[in-house]
Amino acid sequence: MKFSENWLREWVNPPVDTDTLSDQLTFLGLEVDEVVSAQPGFSDVVIARIDKIRPHPDAKKLRICDVDCGMIDLVQVVCGAPNARLGLVTALAQVGGVLPSGMKIKAAKLRGEDSSGMLCSAAELGLSESNDGIIELPANAPVGEPLASYLELNDNIIDIELTPDRGDCLSLRGIARDLCAKNDISLLLHEITNVAPQHKEEWLVQVAPSSSCVRYCGRIIRNVNLSEPSPTWMSERLRRAGVRAINPAVDVTNYVMLELGQPMHAFDLDKLQGTIQVREAGEGETVELLDGRTVELSGDTTVIADDSGAIGIAGIMGGLSTAVDENTTNILFEAALFLPERTIGKPRQYKCHTESSQRFERGVDPKLQKDAMEYATGLLMNLAGGQPGPVTDWQDTRGLPLGEPVLLRRSRLQRIIGVAPEPDNVERILKRLGIDAEAQGDDWTVTPPSYRYDLRIEEDFIEEVARVNGFDSLPRTSPVHKPEFREVKETFVSLISIKQHMVNRGYQEVVTYSFVDAEQQNTLRPDLAALPLANPISSDLAVMRTTLLGGLLDTQRRNQSRQLNSLRVFETGLRFLQASDAVTDTLLDASFHDDLQIGHGLIQQSMLAGLAVGLREPESWNTTADEVDFFDVKSDLEALLSNANGNQITFGECALDTLHPGQRASVLANGVQVGYIGRLNPGLQKAVDLNTAPVVFEVALKVLQTSTLPAVTPVSKFPHVRRDLALLVDDNIAWSKLESCIQSAAPAIVQSVKPFDLYEGDKVDAGKKSVAIGLILQDFSRTLEEQEVEDAVESILAAVTSQLGAELRG
Amino acid sequence: MALDLDQLLKDAEGMIADANSPDALENTRVELLGKKGRLTDALKAIGQLPKEEKPAAGQAVNKIKVQVQAKLDERKLVLDQHALAEKLAADALDVTLPGRAGYQGGLHPVTLTIERICALFGSLGFSTVHGPEIEDDHHNFEALNIPAHHPARAMHDTFYFDATRLLRTHTSPVQVRHMSANQPPMRILAPGRVYRCDSDQTHSPMFHQVEGLLVDRDVGLTDLMGHLEGFLQRFFDQDNCEIRFRPSYFPFTEPSAEVDIRINKGPWLEVLGSGVVHPAVFRAAGIDTEAFTGYAFGLGVERLAMLRYGVTDLRQFFENDMRFLAQFH
Repeated sequence: MKFSENWLREWVNPPVDTDTLSDQLTFLGLEVDEVVSAQPGFSDVVIARIDKIRPHPDAKKLRICDVDCGMIDLVQVVCGAPNARLGLVTALAQVGGVLPSGMKIKAAKLRGEDSSGMLCSAAELGLSESNDGIIELPANAPVGEPLASYLELNDNIIDIELTPDRGDCLSLRGIARDLCAKNDISLLLHEITNVAPQHKEEWLVQVAPSSSCVRYCGRIIRNVNLSEPSPTWMSERLRRAGVRAINPAVDVTNYVMLELGQPMHAFDLDKLQGTIQVREAGEGETVELLDGRTVELSGDTTVIADDSGAIGIAGIMGGLSTAVDENTTNILFEAALFLPERTIGKPRQYKCHTESSQRFERGVDPKLQKDAMEYATGLLMNLAGGQPGPVTDWQDTRGLPLGEPVLLRRSRLQRIIGVAPEPDNVERILKRLGIDAEAQGDDWTVTPPSYRYDLRIEEDFIEEVARVNGFDSLPRTSPVHKPEFREVKETFVSLISIKQHMVNRGYQEVVTYSFVDAEQQNTLRPDLAALPLANPISSDLAVMRTTLLGGLLDTQRRNQSRQLNSLRVFETGLRFLQASDAVTDTLLDASFHDDLQIGHGLIQQSMLAGLAVGLREPESWNTTADEVDFFDVKSDLEALLSNANGNQITFGECALDTLHPGQRASVLANGVQVGYIGRLNPGLQKAVDLNTAPVVFEVALKVLQTSTLPAVTPVSKFPHVRRDLALLVDDNIAWSKLESCIQSAAPAIVQSVKPFDLYEGDKVDAGKKSVAIGLILQDFSRTLEEQEVEDAVESILAAVTSQLGAELRG
Repeated sequence: MALDLDQLLKDAEGMIADANSPDALENTRVELLGKKGRLTDALKAIGQLPKEEKPAAGQAVNKIKVQVQAKLDERKLVLDQHALAEKLAADALDVTLPGRAGYQGGLHPVTLTIERICALFGSLGFSTVHGPEIEDDHHNFEALNIPAHHPARAMHDTFYFDATRLLRTHTSPVQVRHMSANQPPMRILAPGRVYRCDSDQTHSPMFHQVEGLLVDRDVGLTDLMGHLEGFLQRFFDQDNCEIRFRPSYFPFTEPSAEVDIRINKGPWLEVLGSGVVHPAVFRAAGIDTEAFTGYAFGLGVERLAMLRYGVTDLRQFFENDMRFLAQFH
């Protein structure tokens, strides 16, 4: 809501300057966005009259005007405006003056003719957007007077941002009421006098009970003259409120709306066909609106109609067919009340957010319609003459939205605010706000005024008291608190410690959008149907991610385009799986999820994903240029998993084709797939626009969040024995297979089995590999005998030879 | 004989001093004290002497032997030290070269900020809870006193999936879930991602909030103001930080306050919305509105991070440019 400060001060004029006034509004909850001068920024512009006018000898479109600007001599100005004419009173920017555009006015010759100044359009003066010729001022405007003082531009435009509960403050009177309470002063009286009808003619209005209308005032005004524009005092006030002046009838409706908060409409009576009918639209009925659009209506929309059909959407916008224009002579004014609950959402539905709809959505004072009608009638008659008829006032008294009395307890005030104001302070504030308060012991029975839709429960009234006194006047306190021990689960690994672990391994945390490009998503997980947004902001942010990989790949691509090719990043966050996929994503069992579900068939699963690409170590004087490989990242993942060993973790086969078929593994917890690791399939590299295929992993966070309580076993005091074996095996035999074969054959004294070398090449037969294995043997109660060690090695050798065809290498 | 021994000692001392390496010194030792060494010879020669001279000669030779051994030990020490010094000199490094390179990881500024918020409120006994990001209309709106067609819905540019499912527009649904499942008193924080259908330099379609909720027997507006002011002062941890409370409107709080902050007399910036929990919200969660009161707030994480770290463009948080993120290491 934007308005002139001077206009507001006609309603309430506290003895404070503009800055203080603006602060008062902000701290009342009517946040001031901006205060700007009403003076658009011109200087040396005076009122001038064209006393002589003749064509320019050398230019068809130019004319030479001698203008009277209050000085002894007339001033010669060359002007190109089509509306320059003898006797026109307009604005002259004098030599030395400046226009809002920054243009400086200098004495000049235009095609050989002297021009000492410039006749200005409203647009050039920054007073309007319309640029049709030079500004036309009333004939009685005082020639020679500075335009700024004539237009009372020593004023400010205050723009406040209103919260949706304060519909009453979409009017100067409403804003003024709040300031009255703040300053403990009275509203300046604006008597609205009833205008006596000069004829008996009423227009028949029929309101359907199913419509959103609970009150409808109409009045015929005959023989108005709309051919002259509204006077500058009115057009200026409208301009400062951001409303364009059109003709006196429309301007009056806007003026009354801005001042009192009642949206009004003016119909051209002669264009109406039959009675006014306020009713629900027929499904698919159309109406041509004032803005020239024809919209199709839904059945729950209330329209204003005549015998020809809909001629406007109730409370939102009038129709073109019955619009008033400068030739209109007979009008029908409408001041109605449409219920908020029936209006909300309609402006959005019809893409038609108007001053009127804004007010009806928030709620208009149900007691205002008749007053607004009288006020508008008086204003219009002053501006355009005319003979009013009687006011038609239909209302459904039971449907009027009026607040009920509520008990306001002093004890509750104390409790909700924290301190209780004095009773007289409470009463004074309530009274200034127009709230009826009847004392009852320590409490009050309070009834909201008709214009305050936001005052319905006790707390609403409490807020009024706190707000008017000012939040900043309140003390700062801390509530009494009896701290209690909180559960600290030692086997729970917090998210931050998981993140910190990744950081310690050299990974940078990133945060990427949870919605991603559908196509990329489909490239990465073609087996999952990503949940699409109904109203995405753009096509590359259109579906919910089913994997965190996309964001990491995007991060690689972005940084790669900035010549950063070595990268280690990770992200944690949710992935989203739809009904069918939630149970069939065999690559990553969704049963490992947090309990964040809102219903069946949608899984929101916390994940951790990582990506590493580029050099294994950043380039330096003592590092190699090796690229990061599968095992580098696997080691990071293993380190993470060893920290959270509440589940038995193994690596197994993986079928995710997004990954390199020879460099991928699934991560299993107690045999259930909870993640995967691998190099991005180089076949996808082009599709995701990367210069190098990174090594990536993704794992269900929940697996990492469970650890086990250490259960300590004794440490052996006896020496251990190490035996190394070099085994020649077929190169398709996986280490895990070899290891489990050894483990199952090994007696209990074998403490660990580790591969310490792997060789494939010229020194072994093709299709074979040599695996060197270190065995650590130890007993807890005694030093091992040589024979026991030999026996253990023998049984291991026997097992790998018979089961895997391994040979001991010489 | 006496003269011979003096000469022998003198020769031995010369030989020991001439030995320039542990090996040479060992040779010298053998030459002097070995089985065929000169001192051994001298001892053998004593046998040839008349009986009465033997004891004195033996003593004299043994004395020299002790002296030679001492000289040998002394020389060995010098040579060992010298050898060590040489070895150490050979091992010397250019210690000004950088240490072995490794990747430096770091937490995202949003995480750093959330951690800081949670740590500060944690000191007042707030614990952290989480909730889903795809929410239903009930938890995101209805239970927060925002019925369908409520004008406040226009304040939330909501991403929808269908008639009931949406991306949460704030972290407030987590308080609804927590209140429905727990009994007061409660002090909780709910950090997380939230979504609004809006994007420009100051709006991101995804950003982070931390929701705070305190419910107890007697909690009012002044408590809210005391806690939030204390929090913001400590969060920014600097002298020139001003805080102001402005009445505002949220359907789920009454009274409601927006909190603005300004640093170094710069412009006022809105950092959070807050208020005393609306009775309708308590009722929806099954909490007795007469027995309990409470306050709630929603902090804009990025907004706080921008102010704290001097970030000027909100979008930088989600571009993941390493040159930006590395500045938070």
